[in-house]
Amino acid sequence: MSSTTLAPDLAARMEASRRELDAWTREVVEWHFNPDTGTPFWLEYAKTLDWDPRREIQGYADLDRFGNFQDEWLRGGPVRRWVPKGYAGRPVYTFETGGSTGVPKSRISIDDFRIDYEAFSATLPDDAFPKGADWLSVGPTGPRRLRLAVEHLAQHRGGICFLVDLDPRWVIKLIKMGELGMMERYKQHVIDQALTLLRAHDNIQCLFTTPKLLEALCEKVSLKKIGIKGVFCGGTEMTPQFCRFATEELLDGVYFAPTYGNTLMGLAVHKPLTPENGYAIVYYPPSPRAMIEVVDPEQPNRIVGYGETGRVRLTTLTKEFFMPRFLERDEAEREEPYEKYPWDGVRNVRPFRKLSTSVVEGVY
Amino acid sequence: MIHIPVLRRGVPYRSVEIARTVHHRTREPFVEISQANSGLIRRDLLDQETAARNLAQFKVADLIAICRRAAPLFLEGTLPLGGQPQTPQQYVEQLSATTGMPHVMVRRNMQKIHGVMAEMESVLTGLTRNLDLGILDTGHGSVEGHAVSYFPRGRSLGVVLPNNSPGVHSLWIPAFALKTPLILKPGSAEPWTPYRIVAALVEAGAPPEAFSLYPADHAGAGEILRNTGRGMLFGDVSATRAWGGDPRIELHGPGYSKVVLGEDCADDWEKFLDVMVESIVANGGRSCVNASGVWTPRHGDAIAAALAERLARIQPKPADDETAAIAPFADPSVARRISAMIDGGLDEPGASDLSAPLRGERLVEFQGCSYLLPTVVRCASPDHGMANREFLFPFVSVVEAPQAAMPEVLGPTLVVTALSADRAFQAKLLASPLVGRLNFGPIPTIRISWDQPHEGNLFDHLYARRAFQSAYAAD
Repeated sequence: MSSTTLAPDLAARMEASRRELDAWTREVVEWHFNPDTGTPFWLEYAKTLDWDPRREIQGYADLDRFGNFQDEWLRGGPVRRWVPKGYAGRPVYTFETGGSTGVPKSRISIDDFRIDYEAFSATLPDDAFPKGADWLSVGPTGPRRLRLAVEHLAQHRGGICFLVDLDPRWVIKLIKMGELGMMERYKQHVIDQALTLLRAHDNIQCLFTTPKLLEALCEKVSLKKIGIKGVFCGGTEMTPQFCRFATEELLDGVYFAPTYGNTLMGLAVHKPLTPENGYAIVYYPPSPRAMIEVVDPEQPNRIVGYGETGRVRLTTLTKEFFMPRFLERDEAEREEPYEKYPWDGVRNVRPFRKLSTSVVEGVY
Repeated sequence: MIHIPVLRRGVPYRSVEIARTVHHRTREPFVEISQANSGLIRRDLLDQETAARNLAQFKVADLIAICRRAAPLFLEGTLPLGGQPQTPQQYVEQLSATTGMPHVMVRRNMQKIHGVMAEMESVLTGLTRNLDLGILDTGHGSVEGHAVSYFPRGRSLGVVLPNNSPGVHSLWIPAFALKTPLILKPGSAEPWTPYRIVAALVEAGAPPEAFSLYPADHAGAGEILRNTGRGMLFGDVSATRAWGGDPRIELHGPGYSKVVLGEDCADDWEKFLDVMVESIVANGGRSCVNASGVWTPRHGDAIAAALAERLARIQPKPADDETAAIAPFADPSVARRISAMIDGGLDEPGASDLSAPLRGERLVEFQGCSYLLPTVVRCASPDHGMANREFLFPFVSVVEAPQAAMPEVLGPTLVVTALSADRAFQAKLLASPLVGRLNFGPIPTIRISWDQPHEGNLFDHLYARRAFQSAYAAD
């Protein structure tokens, strides 16, 4: 399918989604830049502009006028400058991303994680993630949104979520120190706890974990035999080969739902994996609350053609958090809209490739 | 396009993750190589027992016979490669296409590999110090009236392989004859040789499950080394440093091999010029056993000038030219960066590129490929930053140092060719832990006898001896 041969109904749905996105953009900008409801950071920022965002941002494309969101703005305080006045007095969470060295990026949240995961819940099949079944989440907790989000997902579906923590910052430190043996032992420590819970609680039928921990769990146990029906997997990069390996060799028929999400965006949904398309991992953002686009790394305002590779650019549009045109450290191919998600998606997200500058010295 | 699959215990597997290696000249994709994800490698390695048990059922004598039958197949046979037949000539051309190595050098390396397979019995005799190999079949036996027992130290040997020269593959082949299944990670530009060796061995009767080949990234290589009982790693300084403290892993890093003249031979240096040149240039300077240093108590200037004059005759030639002596760089940016690194080193006072006036530019283009022309650097002091360096082309530093300071001043050196009949000096070299292989007399550093250990003895790496007594009568 090319963009010039879209089915008429898909074209109409794309048009409708675009209109919805434009309207939502106006609403979100109005909220964040209104002196009564706005976010202190953006109200201050607006003073540096010689144009009025509330008047001049009339659609999603107009967000280019802000230039690229700088991730440094999210490092350090005061974190309250990100809390919209319209939400004064509400309980506020702060979630962190990265942070193995230096000051982590922080994003405030009130209800966004619940809204995102409830929307995501609607995409999960009930036979694989039965309502009322309990969950086990084996992965990052601490300052990360993932813990509360997965727990809320379980609760939203009538389940109770058991938790095993993994501290990714410690794992990164162990790798940097060359302590790979210690890293293995730490991973085993996490897996041992997960196995104990799986064996002790018969109603755990749904699992969230990261790709590496999924591999490690499946080295020890058949998830199917122990009662798991669906695996929701995310947290780090996944390759098509990993998805094929998970589907064909690790899971023995257990449903596999790979996801792409982060603290700044929310949670994308994936197109079903099939051998026919090489297990390509295609994600669609939760439009209009966030958009993912693929742009030319040299000209970040130019969106590349369908199928072309570029840098991932994220725009988050919620009343809790406004983040226009943020350049991720990822690259991907731009994917066509399709029936279920009539807006752009991304294919095979992976770390943004950097040219190696090291010189191998010596002959061996 | 040719596709090379993963081999999982001998069974081909086509990955959805494909690496495309380019032809060094055209820069067009030349071969597709299936990549194994690290989880897949890990999962396969959960069961190393089956292959080890199957291989243990063969007698060492049977495995030696398989190697002997495989030798001519490797050299002359048409063997399967990714479901297609591969003739010896195709192998030569394919290897040359992705690495740049001239055909004549590929053929010489084929001969080397053929020799190891054909002479496996003698190789094992050397490695085991003439042990009755039947003892490895029964697990115990008697040597000169003493009970001995050997046991394998791991269920398989994991090997992370390099791209630089196919000859290095000779180092792991004896593991098969020593009943050890192989878990190989081929180099990204040189999958050809390990696949062809495995194909020849299987064609000759080896059980396919004894061989796994996992083209993979660094993470995959790490999984192999972490999860096999014994390992072997070919890599640069930083790669080998990461595994330096792990006794399970035999490291093959840069060699820093040298030709060393003693006081008694230094005045006769001209007689040894051919040995020096061959040590530096053979195999295009791409081996860890190539000399990257000539160390002498005196006449450094004259030796360097003479070497520069001899090496300046070497020019790039087409890949199929039988007199080709140097290889282009498959990645031109690597050649540029190495040349810049050498120029940077020469900025430090006390060293000069004696080849420059004779040769012109070091980095040249020939038929669309980047070459580094042979380079002789004269260093005034052993402490100079360029005195002990090694690069992937004919490069040598000529350094003056008093004999009394050797071998300590040489630093760790894989091969020393010592041109000296001085018994006291020889004794010092023999006693030194810094010297890996030692040649006395005019033997080029590059000349390898495969029944000798190389950076560790493979037999000692794979087997350990235990104390053993038996009250039962022998079978």
